[in-house]
Amino acid sequence: MNFNLTKKQELFRQMIREFAEKEVKPLAVEIDEQERFPMETIEKMAKIGLMGIPVPTQYGGAGGDHIMYTIAVEELSRCCATTGVALSAHTSLGMGPILENGTEEQKMKYLPKMASGEWIGAFGLTEPNAGTDAAMQQTTAVLEGDHYVLNGSKIFITNAGYAHVYVVFAMTDKSKGNKGISAFIVEQGMPGFSIGKKEKKLGIRGSATCELIFENCIVPKENLLGAEGKGFAIAMKTLDGGRIGIASQALGIAQGAMDETVKYTKERKQFGRSIAQFQNTQFQMADLETRIQAARLLVRSAAFKKDNGIPYSADAAMCKLFAAETAMEMTTKAVQFHGGYGYTREYPVERMMRDAKITEIYEGTSEVQRMVIAAKLFK
Amino acid sequence: MKIVVCIKQVPDTTEVKINPVTGTIIREGIPSIMNPDDKGGLELALRLKDEFDAHVTVITMGPPQADAILREAYAMGVDRAILLTDRAFAGADTLATSHALAAAIKNLDYDLVITGRQAIDGDTAQVGPQIAEHLDLPQVSYVADAKYDGKETIRVKKETEDGYQILEATTPCVFTVLASAIKPRYMSVRGIVEAFDKEVETWTVQNITIEPEKLGGKGSPTRVKKSFAKELKQPGAVYEVTPEESVDLIIAKLKEKFII
Repeated sequence: MNFNLTKKQELFRQMIREFAEKEVKPLAVEIDEQERFPMETIEKMAKIGLMGIPVPTQYGGAGGDHIMYTIAVEELSRCCATTGVALSAHTSLGMGPILENGTEEQKMKYLPKMASGEWIGAFGLTEPNAGTDAAMQQTTAVLEGDHYVLNGSKIFITNAGYAHVYVVFAMTDKSKGNKGISAFIVEQGMPGFSIGKKEKKLGIRGSATCELIFENCIVPKENLLGAEGKGFAIAMKTLDGGRIGIASQALGIAQGAMDETVKYTKERKQFGRSIAQFQNTQFQMADLETRIQAARLLVRSAAFKKDNGIPYSADAAMCKLFAAETAMEMTTKAVQFHGGYGYTREYPVERMMRDAKITEIYEGTSEVQRMVIAAKLFK
Repeated sequence: MKIVVCIKQVPDTTEVKINPVTGTIIREGIPSIMNPDDKGGLELALRLKDEFDAHVTVITMGPPQADAILREAYAMGVDRAILLTDRAFAGADTLATSHALAAAIKNLDYDLVITGRQAIDGDTAQVGPQIAEHLDLPQVSYVADAKYDGKETIRVKKETEDGYQILEATTPCVFTVLASAIKPRYMSVRGIVEAFDKEVETWTVQNITIEPEKLGGKGSPTRVKKSFAKELKQPGAVYEVTPEESVDLIIAKLKEKFII
């Protein structure tokens, strides 16, 4: 049993903290205000290998582990949750399913360009009538000779419009229910594939969240990911990995709000002393700090299991549930500690509170996480 | 082209606190970092590597913990790392340090030796120029940029107090580099992953040829008489005046203090 980061992970933490402080933090307000995807940051991240952290070197990745990946998403999100989720969706949802389910040809075709950041990845599962009940897929894929024809649409797709590679789910056999769902690798520019409406959101406003539209979209047969009918299993397994990423994002948001609040409560004076000197502040902050540390241990424990081939589905659900609820509690209290100033855009805690909310919703709502945890408990 | 870069592990002085009673630095819990000017020098070397495929060796003299900055250097992209460590080096001032480093560099192939301008813990700016003297090499200090012609001439931008000079140096030579002018690259993720699988060579006094009396405390003529914390400056005065009035006001104040 060892709770310390390895030297390698610690050196990585040092680098990513500096990168986030110097390259990501200065843009956070602007990309939120302008609802602008931080492409320039993605390019800087690509240059140092952040777009392929857990991808093996034979596929052009950095050959790192998932603990490093969680540290990256946490540290980026501590400064800017938009940047954190761009990396998380690209890594866990875009590259993850190809790495875990792709043929050697598919891996060699897509992963080197994705891991180098030349191509960004995304994931299309959610539909207007298939949210938490993801098995209710309406998008269809019909095999016609050497290609599939996809029809339907996806909503709330992170990185949409900026991504080059989308892992998309569609029904190949409606009669089989969720066993009739298949996964496809769809490239930007394939005939019949277009990007629809961009969502206007409460938080993570720089993140591109759009609709994907498939109108007789032609996808080559060799872009089927895994076997026909295995799509639902691939989606669920992919989301297990994704949840570790979102938990890391939530953890980063919480840590960012904690750091801001410590600084502010030490400076802000009321009734002749700093508000950090009031026991009410101290006790609430002590509880929040304890929750953040607990969330970090849950995140790293789930990532450790993933790295070591130990089943981690319930662990991923637990860390995502706990970190998301911690982020929401921490940021809400951070605004409260900042008082009227915290409600203004002069201080970052307002943005952090808006950003935190989505972590309780996407890649499985908190309710879904509880279903996953309970299913393991009562199996 | 072969480049040797000297780097030093220093306490992060931006995090340092001074004990108000004794006036000494509180070192506990202060993170150690690669000296910023040295990191600038390393970046300059790595740019020459990117452009001319230069071979870059880093060397540091220090305790075994200094291994950390050599791993960082590997993660930034150097080819070879040497840790010069021995109890015989302990207590060295700048002269003894430069003797040890110069003796080690003599055992390496080099066209260019780069050091940082100065270390943030001692701020002497002496070690680089002393190494150049011991190696009998030309030197350019306060280097802000360098362009290599690919053969043996390097065109250097040297910062001065009121501007800069453009100089040409022929290899072999020594540069001392300013961090402020050269933004170092980030370690790459793959570099970090592989940094701990690479070999850091440990050299002791046995690996270099030098008279023992030039090393460590024995080789250090510097004596520290007293260290003390600098007194805090009073906040400056603020005057609300027009730009025209400000010139007269500044001149009057400078005259009042006999500065002009």
